Amino acid sequence: MRQKVMFVMLALAMILLVRNLYTISMLPDEVNQGQIFRIIFFHLPAAIAAMLGSAVALVASVMFLWKRNFKYDALAVAVTEVGLAFLAVNLVTGSIWAHVIWGVWWAWDPRLTSALICWILYAGYLILRQSLEEPTQRATFAAVYSIFAFTDVPIVYFSIRWWRTIHPQPVFFSKNGSFPPDWSRALLINMVAIFLLYALLTMVRLRQEQTQREIDYLRRTVHAI
Amino acid sequence: MSAAAVDCAGVWKFYGDYPALRDISLTVPPGRCLALIGRNGAGKTTLLRMLAGYSKPGRGQVTIFGKSPRETDTRQRIGFIGHGIAVYDELSAIENLRLFARLYGLPDPERSASEWLERTGLERVRDGLVREFSRGMRQRLAVARAFLHGPSLLLLDEPFTALDDRAIAVLQTVLRDALAAGRTVVMSTHQLREAMDLATNVALLNHGRLAFQGERTEEMVKDPGWVYAQYGES
Amino acid sequence: MRFIRQVMVITAKDLRAEMRTKEAINASFAFAIVVLLILSFAFEPTEDTTREISGGLLWIVFLFAGTLILNRSFARELPNDCLDALIAAPVPGAALFLGKGLANFVLIFAVEIVALPVFGIFYNVRWARQFWALILVMVLGTWGLTAIGTVFGALTVNIRLREVMLPLLVYPIMIPILLGAMKLSTELVAGQPISGDLMVWLKLLFGFDIIFTALSLVLMDTVLLG
Repeated sequence: MRQKVMFVMLALAMILLVRNLYTISMLPDEVNQGQIFRIIFFHLPAAIAAMLGSAVALVASVMFLWKRNFKYDALAVAVTEVGLAFLAVNLVTGSIWAHVIWGVWWAWDPRLTSALICWILYAGYLILRQSLEEPTQRATFAAVYSIFAFTDVPIVYFSIRWWRTIHPQPVFFSKNGSFPPDWSRALLINMVAIFLLYALLTMVRLRQEQTQREIDYLRRTVHAI
Repeated sequence: MSAAAVDCAGVWKFYGDYPALRDISLTVPPGRCLALIGRNGAGKTTLLRMLAGYSKPGRGQVTIFGKSPRETDTRQRIGFIGHGIAVYDELSAIENLRLFARLYGLPDPERSASEWLERTGLERVRDGLVREFSRGMRQRLAVARAFLHGPSLLLLDEPFTALDDRAIAVLQTVLRDALAAGRTVVMSTHQLREAMDLATNVALLNHGRLAFQGERTEEMVKDPGWVYAQYGES
Repeated sequence: MRFIRQVMVITAKDLRAEMRTKEAINASFAFAIVVLLILSFAFEPTEDTTREISGGLLWIVFLFAGTLILNRSFARELPNDCLDALIAAPVPGAALFLGKGLANFVLIFAVEIVALPVFGIFYNVRWARQFWALILVMVLGTWGLTAIGTVFGALTVNIRLREVMLPLLVYPIMIPILLGAMKLSTELVAGQPISGDLMVWLKLLFGFDIIFTALSLVLMDTVLLG
């Protein structure tokens, strides 16, 4: 049953994306940027999906500490790992865009910088998990870390934004400028598709986590004999 | 009806999915001395640490005097000696005891600390730093620390292991006094002889299961290895 | 109140133990001086450049030197299993957090107070023009670092590679408070009072401290018991 749901999600996401690619390629070139503006249709949804992911991880971590049910721990790690990948996409697309438009590979604007810090926080979560062998301790400490880290995310975002607005900067185009209406539709469709992909990959990772726990159990039982 | 000092009901302890303790149901009435025996890896330390409140059971319940071991009142009544001596090397003997006396909220920390230094034969080195103590002295200080706040329940993890003669004597005296005063003792041990001397009850752990629990008998005193022979795996 | 007494007992214990050996604080002082020295090779200390980066430089030094002390905080409980005794005692996790946190704060602040004049000498900067405001920023900033560093010090105490894991985990979380402290310090060292635009950073420091101190107080028991 679960497998069927996942296949349906995959099919839906693929259809949306492929169709949208056609729509996106048909859009007229943006006045200032030329071809490259199309990257925003992947760049922005990836970022939003990843940020939402951190909220899910936060909630899952709190739930784990409260109920001590390992399925919450599995959710937290799945969502964070997938988020890491999506944020990487976000950073890379942002970097490519920056290179095409300004000739630099990186710009310290608020969104990219916050995304980078968020990526580092996710990576920290995974590194912490890696250094803890015992599953209960690992889940507990990872949950505590993610509560700290993901409470920090909005604070980071605002502090970086103040940092960048108080300091006069060469004015970068505002990514949220005014979207022409035909963009909005394409953007929305892509967002749905990318959110679907995110959920799908999380489910795959969840299944893998469950299997891993079964293997661990079997391994420990064998060692005890 | 007074609550049992220690009550484990259907306790399981998991590391991940692997059970280190399986379905432990154990009761220790107040004033008894339970010798917890078993091979290495049987789960004695795991069980003792759970009784002391360091970890929670995966399944089942542990109650100490009818309450959770983590409650503040309960913690006040528990004294624990683990593998380490749990005193600070950089502080002196009296400073260490004063510290714990204050943490436990004793009404006269200075007096309690001095009293226990005397009882463990350390009053002459009260101002000496622990890092300069001999091994036996360190262990005696550990005993002082654990008994200092007058706990009703003593949990001792292999307390006689690697003690020198003087420390063994001190510990035995202190334990006898505590039992005479109605305190409860649970100690895990390899040193069957010393244990059987003091024990009123015996329990055997085998691969995380309670293979035997009951009162100490004449047989056990005469032949400390009897329980293993009867109930243990080879 | 018993809680406060327990906090004081723990703070006193940490400080006394540290003063006996002086391991962490000496290393921290020395490290602060070395970092100040090395950073002076990183750029030409003209008056303009120094003025721009003074806040950033100071807080980098404070952060690195402070990490040494934070690492030591729970590590000192490991020999002889002293941490077991603290956990078993009827002391709430919150009291343990505050007790150790205050001790860490005192030690780190001591290093900072010494590092300031050294900074002034090496970089030829008069830093005391807004003295009390600067002290306020240092107190708020240092407490933010200390609160997070103390909780995570407890969390990482038994992890292998603890000395690496602690900074790795906490530095990104500390970014907002470092940012605020750096911004404010740069202006204050240059002699500007806190006003207008800068107030938002001060509010950030307060907010950050309150949020993360509250989180730490609540989660400390979980971290200690695993």
